[in-house]
Amino acid sequence: MSIKRRDFLKIVGYGIAGSIISLGGGFIVGRGSEILAMIDKQGEKKGVKWAMAIDTRAFKSEEDFEAVIKACHQAHNVPNIPDKNREVKWIWVDTFERAFPTAETEFISEEVKRRKFLLLCNHCDNPPCVRVCPVQATFKREDGIVMQDMHRCIGCKFCMAACPYGSRNYNFYPPREYLASMNPEFPTRTLGVVEKCIFCYHRLDEGKMPYCVEASQGKMFFGNLNDPESEVRKVISENIVIVRKPELSTKPKVFYII
Amino acid sequence: MVEKALKGSLKYWLWLLFLVTIVVIAFFAWQYEHHYGAGVATGLHRDLTWGFQIGQLAFFVGVAASAVPVVLSYYLHNYKEFAKLTILAEFMAVGAVMIAMLSVFVVMGQPTRVFNVLLYPTPNSLIFWDLVVLSTYLFLNILCGWAVLHSYYKEAPYPSWLKFFIYWAIIWGPSIHIVTAFLLQGLPGRHYWLTAIMAARFLASAFSAGPALLIILAILVKKLTKFDVGEKALQTVAKIVIYAFIINLLLFAFEFFTAFYSGIHSHMAPFIYLFAGYEGHAEWVPFSWISMILAAIGLVLLLVPYTRKRETTLVLACFAVFFSVWIEKGVLLMVGGFTPNVFETVTPYFPALPEVLIQAGVWAIGFLVITILYKITVEVFKSKELAVKLKK
Repeated sequence: MSIKRRDFLKIVGYGIAGSIISLGGGFIVGRGSEILAMIDKQGEKKGVKWAMAIDTRAFKSEEDFEAVIKACHQAHNVPNIPDKNREVKWIWVDTFERAFPTAETEFISEEVKRRKFLLLCNHCDNPPCVRVCPVQATFKREDGIVMQDMHRCIGCKFCMAACPYGSRNYNFYPPREYLASMNPEFPTRTLGVVEKCIFCYHRLDEGKMPYCVEASQGKMFFGNLNDPESEVRKVISENIVIVRKPELSTKPKVFYII
Repeated sequence: MVEKALKGSLKYWLWLLFLVTIVVIAFFAWQYEHHYGAGVATGLHRDLTWGFQIGQLAFFVGVAASAVPVVLSYYLHNYKEFAKLTILAEFMAVGAVMIAMLSVFVVMGQPTRVFNVLLYPTPNSLIFWDLVVLSTYLFLNILCGWAVLHSYYKEAPYPSWLKFFIYWAIIWGPSIHIVTAFLLQGLPGRHYWLTAIMAARFLASAFSAGPALLIILAILVKKLTKFDVGEKALQTVAKIVIYAFIINLLLFAFEFFTAFYSGIHSHMAPFIYLFAGYEGHAEWVPFSWISMILAAIGLVLLLVPYTRKRETTLVLACFAVFFSVWIEKGVLLMVGGFTPNVFETVTPYFPALPEVLIQAGVWAIGFLVITILYKITVEVFKSKELAVKLKK
């Protein structure tokens, strides 16, 4: 079987083209580690990364929790809905087993098991809710705060399926009908949108601490995780801290001091 | 051809009236939800935000793609027996995709903002991709079904440019399951869904439940209008159903094995809740077993040649397969995904009446579209057969 000159040249041409393409592809792939390092460096940009630490030892009485929750809910016009399965809550109290369901609890100290824990949005560094939102109504700010735009949200509830912490709230009931008092400084919401804790970004922008941290009177810490001198970094490094469901790699930024 | 849908018997008009009535009732139920809130209108709650309506997205996406094996055999393998069935399959896909898309639309908390999805296209969100693949598949099936029927009407071969769209639709079909499965299988902390074979299960259940419905509809059309797609075509589809259904059951069994042999509690918990009850809650246990029993009935009736070849038992088998998958994929898949919840406790879910009424309206719209398209198809074929007779 002989091969025509024309066909031979064609085959050689394809071969050369293929080699160049794979050379280029291989070069890019081979540089993978370099590219990853570049991306990592961008992440390490010495900006602000807000985080919170909660000293669970210091919360003793019901009043301690109530003061914190009330400060947040009143300021943010969070409705008080009696239906516990469909309520709206930005920060609330739950048991150890429910807050840390994947932790081994059988033989831990009874005192810790009896403690109550403040739960709120973890403002994950790798937030699944942001990944799934079809309209970018929930997004991550440069300082790490996971935001919620209640005016863009279409109410698809995908983010609530994605959040492994149950930190998101859907307005199952007309929220304005369940407000005892209203803070005119903060917007109220409508039926059928999702809302959650926003780490008081509006107060941080003014140089103030979040409402809950302020109301906790030293039982909660807040600050810049990227600053080794910040109070939050110090309490995290000096105490035993845990986060909720670390195995999911969402990288929560709310730390619990045990 | 549209005029063919405007002339029909009293039975035809009464059926349309019935469907329209359901749509109107559903519209009021939907208004009720948006006035008083999903809290009173649905059974959804904080710990289960996607109920059986999103389950209908998963299920009817599957029904829609039942057109794929039929269209593929007809156009790619030139299987002539499927000539008439292909048009029915394509038009059923149109109705099913509409049901799937509307099932999502009606659960939106802010339906007026839904075009934000197009205004702020977000490629990292699978809802965006689902919208893209579903609307494309809807367009392709309307185009292909209509153009082929129209060329038959005009007694001309279908235009050559259509080939491109037909092949496109065949390739596109599986994407609607894969993307819909990806909605679920990529979520951390939802153990029932976090499995790589979710998309494969979606394909297998689709190619069993979808063609099963197609067989039922084709036999119904034959009984009502004498429009016969042919015995051989139906038997071939029945074989597609049985193969796909066996694969579907096998994949489900694999999930069981992985969960229970690994012994990871969070992976076992949804299966325990669905099949035996968990922490004193057993709301869906009967449904799980009904689904399994129906699967067994369908499997036996389809495997035995005697029962597969008789029309009554074939229809019975198809109903068994259809409802087995409907319970498993249309309802329990959602319940299992959210129960136990993220706190590893149980918050039971049961659909509320307005929720069911709204969904009934969505089904009615789908079947309204299918009825009208089938009516046109049947009338076109009838008029051609009449013309042939008159010529003789």
